[in-house]
Amino acid sequence: MYTGRSLVVAVSIGMIALVLLGKLFLIQVTDDSYLRKAERNAIQRVVDHPYRGLVYDRNNSLMVFNDPVFDLMVIPKEFELEDTTRFCDLFGIEKQVLIDGFNAAKNYSWVKPSPLIKQISKEEFGRVQDFLIDYRGLFVMTRSVRAYPQSAASNALGYIGEINASQLNRDSTRYYVQGDYVGLSGIESYYEPELRGRKGVKYKLVNVRGIEKGAFKNGDLDTLSLPGENLQATIDLDLQVYGEKLMQGKRGSVVAIEPKTGEILTMISAPVYDPNILTGARFGENYQSLNMDPEKPLFNRPIMAMYPPGSIFKIVQSLIGMQEGILTPNTTYPCNRALVNCHNHPSPVNLFGAIRNSCNPYYHQAFRQVINQEVSSNTYEDTQIGLDKWRESVMKFGLGSQLGIDMHGEKGGSIPSSELYDRIYGKGRWKYSTIYSLSIGQGEMLVTPLQMANLAAIFANKGYYYTPHLIRAIDGDPSRIPEKFKTKRDTGIDTDHFDLIQDAMAAALSGTAARAIMKDITIAGKTGTAQNPAGEDHSVFIAFAPKEDPKIAIAVYVENAGWGGRAAASTASLLIEKYLTGEINRPELEEYVLQGEFIY
Amino acid sequence: MRQKDTYFHKIDWIAIGLYFALVFVGWINIYAAVYDEQNATSIFDYSINSGKQLIWIGTAVLLITLIMVADYRLFQNLSLILYIIFVIILFLTPFIGKEINGQRAWFELGIFRLQPAEFTKFATALALAKLMENPTFDLAKFGHQLKALGIIGLPVALIMLQPDTGTAMVYSSFFIMLYREGMPQKYYLFALSLIGLSILTLLITNNWYLYGGLGAIVLLLILASKKTWKNFAGIFLLGILMFAYTYSLDYVVEKLPPHQQNRIMVLFDPDVDPLGVGWNVTQSKIAIGSGGLFGKGYLEGTQTKFDFVPEQHTDFIFCTLGEEFGWIGSLIMISLFVIFLLRLVFLAERQKTRFSRIYGYCVIGLLFFHFAVNIAMTIGLFPVVGIPLPFFSYGGSSLWSFTILLFIFIKLDSHRIQILGRSY
Repeated sequence: MYTGRSLVVAVSIGMIALVLLGKLFLIQVTDDSYLRKAERNAIQRVVDHPYRGLVYDRNNSLMVFNDPVFDLMVIPKEFELEDTTRFCDLFGIEKQVLIDGFNAAKNYSWVKPSPLIKQISKEEFGRVQDFLIDYRGLFVMTRSVRAYPQSAASNALGYIGEINASQLNRDSTRYYVQGDYVGLSGIESYYEPELRGRKGVKYKLVNVRGIEKGAFKNGDLDTLSLPGENLQATIDLDLQVYGEKLMQGKRGSVVAIEPKTGEILTMISAPVYDPNILTGARFGENYQSLNMDPEKPLFNRPIMAMYPPGSIFKIVQSLIGMQEGILTPNTTYPCNRALVNCHNHPSPVNLFGAIRNSCNPYYHQAFRQVINQEVSSNTYEDTQIGLDKWRESVMKFGLGSQLGIDMHGEKGGSIPSSELYDRIYGKGRWKYSTIYSLSIGQGEMLVTPLQMANLAAIFANKGYYYTPHLIRAIDGDPSRIPEKFKTKRDTGIDTDHFDLIQDAMAAALSGTAARAIMKDITIAGKTGTAQNPAGEDHSVFIAFAPKEDPKIAIAVYVENAGWGGRAAASTASLLIEKYLTGEINRPELEEYVLQGEFIY
Repeated sequence: MRQKDTYFHKIDWIAIGLYFALVFVGWINIYAAVYDEQNATSIFDYSINSGKQLIWIGTAVLLITLIMVADYRLFQNLSLILYIIFVIILFLTPFIGKEINGQRAWFELGIFRLQPAEFTKFATALALAKLMENPTFDLAKFGHQLKALGIIGLPVALIMLQPDTGTAMVYSSFFIMLYREGMPQKYYLFALSLIGLSILTLLITNNWYLYGGLGAIVLLLILASKKTWKNFAGIFLLGILMFAYTYSLDYVVEKLPPHQQNRIMVLFDPDVDPLGVGWNVTQSKIAIGSGGLFGKGYLEGTQTKFDFVPEQHTDFIFCTLGEEFGWIGSLIMISLFVIFLLRLVFLAERQKTRFSRIYGYCVIGLLFFHFAVNIAMTIGLFPVVGIPLPFFSYGGSSLWSFTILLFIFIKLDSHRIQILGRSY
């Protein structure tokens, strides 16, 4: 039957059918890209963002919580707008913002929702909620932003923000995606793994218009989000708030530590900023202006600013001298101002008197004996050996390297080594007369306010410290804090040597910082001045109290405030009073501190 | 073989069986295409298209019965009158039809809509058979060729007025019948070369390659031919014509309305217009391509259920089958169709009259054209033209017209002994 032209017709039919089957085989069997595209079409991966962990203070007052905000979403295909002006008035936006937002949404997808107005506050949402039904193609998606009920401790807590490209690259676990929020500084950054919780994923089936049509595989692949863990900070929020009030109009740092545990009670970087401005829709704008501010509020002074320790370092010198056997309570030196300048006080002085009067020539002479112990007959070599041995002792006080606080970006300060002087002057070309300013805490030495507060804690503890830290419990469990914060660190100085130091520090107050003295509580303190080649010196004060059973150790820096006693000591004294008694009974001192403005 | 003498046994039950198999598979695919998981109703529900299609199938069975009990001479006698009636209706459609999607191609009868152009197909087939049944009709003669082309050209011209390019293109399928009846081969060779050249012109964006290729062909022909001046002149003229053709094709494509231009260009690059014409092709390919070897299972196709392919229950019904039954399902369905067509070729060849055979080849051509072009467009091998997949696509007009078309032939075939052949 199939002959001639009818055969040609039959064969043509078969051939074309084979072409169709061949092409079908290519797209159905050999090419799996269509399967993936089909999944992209119909399966929507919806990430369920966990609730970020909260932060409480040491007395369980809330420091950080999550505040709901509302994103107004638009589906361009369904969106209709007759009265643009009314809409813009209602939502308080410019017409151009609406147009740009709508165009951006349209470019993303005609049928899928995208944000039109981001992060509408609770209050504003309440106002516009009832009008939303008047508009087609609009709906609201709830998210949350961080909020701070007391607007305090911004630099300790840090802030969260969208993850940046380099952080994404470093994330080897591939947990984060573009647009995720992560802790960018402070506690938020250091405890990111605990605070973030775990994201959940839901796979939903959607139709061509992006409308949900149920769960994919009955939700078998879905995971629930796990909320982040709550943290308890070591901060005393009342003290923190009060300290920030005292530091108003000043530039500087306050760090207060509970000596027996290393828990940081207060950490202030002044000028302070309100942490609530670095949340929500205005993050970018506010971050920019903070970043441009000449006072550098984002610079976390307690752990990043470095100053010469000044007179306060004389206490460390005294302790090392005693431990070395070079100084005893009875060692006296004349106040020889030919060596180094001093101020008026009786002379000669013993060790107690030297601390109390902060006698410079005393330490010039004592330090020479610590450094030049005549181990070597060569003066240069002897100095080098002495310096390196001394440096080792100093570093046991937590100076010269990072303490290891639970914040990123901590600076270590510096304690000079013989290599440093070899680099500066050349090997064998420097001796004691080159480095003597170290004796009174000047010269090539830098410490951070945190290290200074830690020194106060060491003096209070008579020789040991715990690494200062900001978190005392994770998810209610104190044992889960990092191991390094539970390790007692010894300075290698005998406990006995501290009695004289503590007595001298208590006595020093009446001389150099009489304003700081309290009636009922003995404060042991030491003033200092951090030399500032650029202007007025910085006022420094460290203290601990009560002397008999120290509960708080504190370091206060007020930049450009001149000689130590005036600003820093009064601030420290008020904070000690506040922490130990819970109230302030010296309004005139408070007034004095509040009025002292040193920024301008 | 006494039993076979009854009329009942003269009917070709194989073709009828295949017809019902295709209609059944089409019907369950229509249900899948309109199926809504969250609001699932029965396949028999008359409010959804699968239920409506069942009504169309039922009425088609009525039509079949009418055709089978009618006098077989009726179709021969009425062929010209039917043709004239439908041409007049076609002529009137643009004036009184209902406009849908920019085309005035529909008549509204109560809740049902009918598309006259669908029915003109079998009327034209009958008219062609009537014209060409005369033994003196000879397709080798130019005048006779013109007569046949006139019968075909008239409805084409009227359909183009609607305008419905897809349906108009369907009439080119009569060339299959014309080929069988002796149309000179050279026309087909010429047409095939032209199609090849067109594809190359559109595929190759840098025209200099094309001109270079044409030059090479001319050179080869000159080398291969007998070296006479007449041959040289002929080949040279051919070269000029090919050059002029490719040049003018590019020009014409550029002058086409953008939507038609896109329909052509999208064949070569679906990203030309990803959200417009490209959307249909892209989504259709995704639906079919995601089916894999065995498919996702009946009513399990996500692309089908969630409406990613527009017009899925009508022109793009093949997507449903491709997605839910995979390549194996496509293989079975295409095989079914090929067997069906080859059976019809067999039937056509056993006819004793020219009228029946010519009509049979018209049926074969029409069904084959619809079948091949429809599937080809769903997988991006052919521009998107709105023509249905015979027996599969949802719609009364299309099912009725294909049923009438087919069963007139089956009716004629069942009387092949009685019809007195007027000699070949």
